[in-house]
Amino acid sequence: MPAHFRVKVDPNLCKSCELCIAVCPKKIMVISDQKNDLGFRLALCTDHSACTGCMACALVCPDVAIEIIRTE
Amino acid sequence: MSEKIIFTRTEGLKPAATTYCPGCGHGVAHRILAEAVAEAKALERTVAVAPVGCAVYGYDYWNFDTTEAAHGRTPAVATAIKRVLPDRLVICYQGDGDMASIGMAEIVHAANRGEKFTVIFINNANYGMTGGQMAPTTLIGQKTATTPYGRTSEEAGYPMKMAEFLAQLPGVKYAARGALHKPGLIRTAKSYIKRAFEIQEAKAGFSIVELLSICPANWGLSPLESVQKLEELMLPIYPLGLIKDEGPKKEGA
Amino acid sequence: MSQIVFAKGNEAMAEAAILAGCRYYFGYPITPQNEVPAYMSRRMPEVNGVFLQAESEVAAINMVFGAAVTGVRAMTSSSSPGISLKQEGISYMAGCELPGVIVNVVRGGPGLGSIAPAQSDYWQSTRGGGHGDYRTIVLAPHTVQELVELTMDAFDLADFYRNPVLILSDGLLGQMMESVVMPDPQERRKTGWLAGRELPPKTWALTGAKGRAPQLIRSLLMAPGELESHNLHLAEKYAAIEKNDAQAEIIGDPNPEIVLAAYGSSARLAKGALEILKAQGIRAALFRPITLWPFPTQALAKLAVKADRFLVVEMSMGQFIEDVQLAVAREKSLKQVRIELLARPGGGIPLPEEIAGRAREVLA
Ligand SMILES: Cc1ncc(C[n+]2csc(CCOP(=O)(O)OP(=O)(O)O)c2C)c(N)n1
Repeated sequence: MPAHFRVKVDPNLCKSCELCIAVCPKKIMVISDQKNDLGFRLALCTDHSACTGCMACALVCPDVAIEIIRTE
Repeated sequence: MSEKIIFTRTEGLKPAATTYCPGCGHGVAHRILAEAVAEAKALERTVAVAPVGCAVYGYDYWNFDTTEAAHGRTPAVATAIKRVLPDRLVICYQGDGDMASIGMAEIVHAANRGEKFTVIFINNANYGMTGGQMAPTTLIGQKTATTPYGRTSEEAGYPMKMAEFLAQLPGVKYAARGALHKPGLIRTAKSYIKRAFEIQEAKAGFSIVELLSICPANWGLSPLESVQKLEELMLPIYPLGLIKDEGPKKEGA
Repeated sequence: MSQIVFAKGNEAMAEAAILAGCRYYFGYPITPQNEVPAYMSRRMPEVNGVFLQAESEVAAINMVFGAAVTGVRAMTSSSSPGISLKQEGISYMAGCELPGVIVNVVRGGPGLGSIAPAQSDYWQSTRGGGHGDYRTIVLAPHTVQELVELTMDAFDLADFYRNPVLILSDGLLGQMMESVVMPDPQERRKTGWLAGRELPPKTWALTGAKGRAPQLIRSLLMAPGELESHNLHLAEKYAAIEKNDAQAEIIGDPNPEIVLAAYGSSARLAKGALEILKAQGIRAALFRPITLWPFPTQALAKLAVKADRFLVVEMSMGQFIEDVQLAVAREKSLKQVRIELLARPGGGIPLPEEIAGRAREVLA
């Protein structure tokens, strides 16, 4: 079975800067309508099945809000 | 079926949200610095110096001992810490106002003495904390709070290239410039920091890693627009790459 | 074991610092304290210490800050213009509650002034000098012997209170050769100023977070109320210093008709004046503060119960006299007393005859 990946955005940390969206090669990161306590709209992965686990989003995130989980 | 977390917060960072503005480069710089300290297994023997500037709050985020220093005197404070504790990993974190303006004497002399600590230098082309004034690194033509018509060389001189400038000093054994806005560049920047630590641990001399950073709030741009501006305007003036490595050769290299 | 040596004030002071366990010295050349860095550059390597000629006084005080952060004993010395440059760093040390010793071998000012001895940094020393609500302990020796002893005490006081301590020397003391008994620092700890007081362990020092949570040292306190409570905590500490550590020497006639008030080199000269006055049948006493901050207000106020004529002798233009007035005013209305000033600013030296002459005028 091929590996699957999950992009987990910590709602307490995301500041909606959109840097993850720009660097995602699969264009599956978006800004959602959901807001956190600070009033920032949260980044969200729309299609985990397309995620390749490249970690680009996590690497550019200035707030270390992204965790990547690999499932096999 | 097995689950494995392949990217998560390093133990080098406390589990705290930063107060930095959205997109601010200090966040990525803090993270790769903290990862490098953790990977060097040095969390318990690091003493860092946080500058006056936005990154003064570094001590709220880094999971190692940290002291504040007066504005620009960061290298003087780091000098004494390293002289007292030669076996600790000493990190001197500075902004461009802190280093290249008010603290120019301290950085030049610490570098020239070959002080054996590592400087992480954040070049965001302005003073962040005080509201986006001109820094010595501000680009020609760049509008800031104190260059409302754009910086001119006639009035304010030229952008200071600190990494190249310091690299000329014999006490400096390592100088490199990286950036923080793209995954590949971030990986490279982290490899510079790790190499700088090797130079420090080998007691070879002074090491500096300059990191180009966006400052969206003070540049008056969105984070994505800021990335574009950095690539378009900063990269030609501040070329990325290794500038000097006179440390001991790496194993197998 | 005590040891008798014949030494210049500046060098004796430097050796006293080493005996007190100071192994980190950071300085920058300026007359009349150049013997200190020169001596330290010779001696520190012999005792496995660090001498570093800093790029400026600004760098030097921030190196003291950095060394203090790690919990070791560190010092710097300079003279007036250099001490002006150190003020921001001293304020940071006070704010961060870091111990350290700063020696000012005072010369005349303002500006570049002269290299002659002076006492014109009294306000700068006792009123903070830098920014913010803070205090530095200020010690004012009047002989080389006392300079040596107070230098040892300075390190203990700094560690005990986690506070910078300033030693106010001057060109006379620094350049003077005298024979001194170098006290045994252990003995002095047991029997001297801080006898009976334990120095607290430096659990706050940064040496790497081994076996404990990471620590931080800072003076930036931005949360609402945070700085106010920190400053109140500092104020409590300062109140304790004022209560426990104000020191003065009072000599001369126990029922004086006139009190001479002087510190440091002026006091040494005033002692000569006391002898002259005594020979002339005048009942005079000398009030000599050893700590300029905390000012020994009580000791002076007690004298003010007995006397109502005062002659303040200072090598500055009326700075020290303000503290004398404030202390006397605790006992008597300033309208009932006569407090006169003998000021010799800008390198002038008040000789005993001059002081005695002025004292007789004040009594007339
Ligand atoms: C002696 C002194 N002068 C000025 C300031 C005000 N100040 C605080 S931060 C700063 C500039 C910081 O800019 P930089 O070093 O570029 O760091 P950044 O905030 O951009 O990360 C200044 C001028 C100060 N705190 N102390």
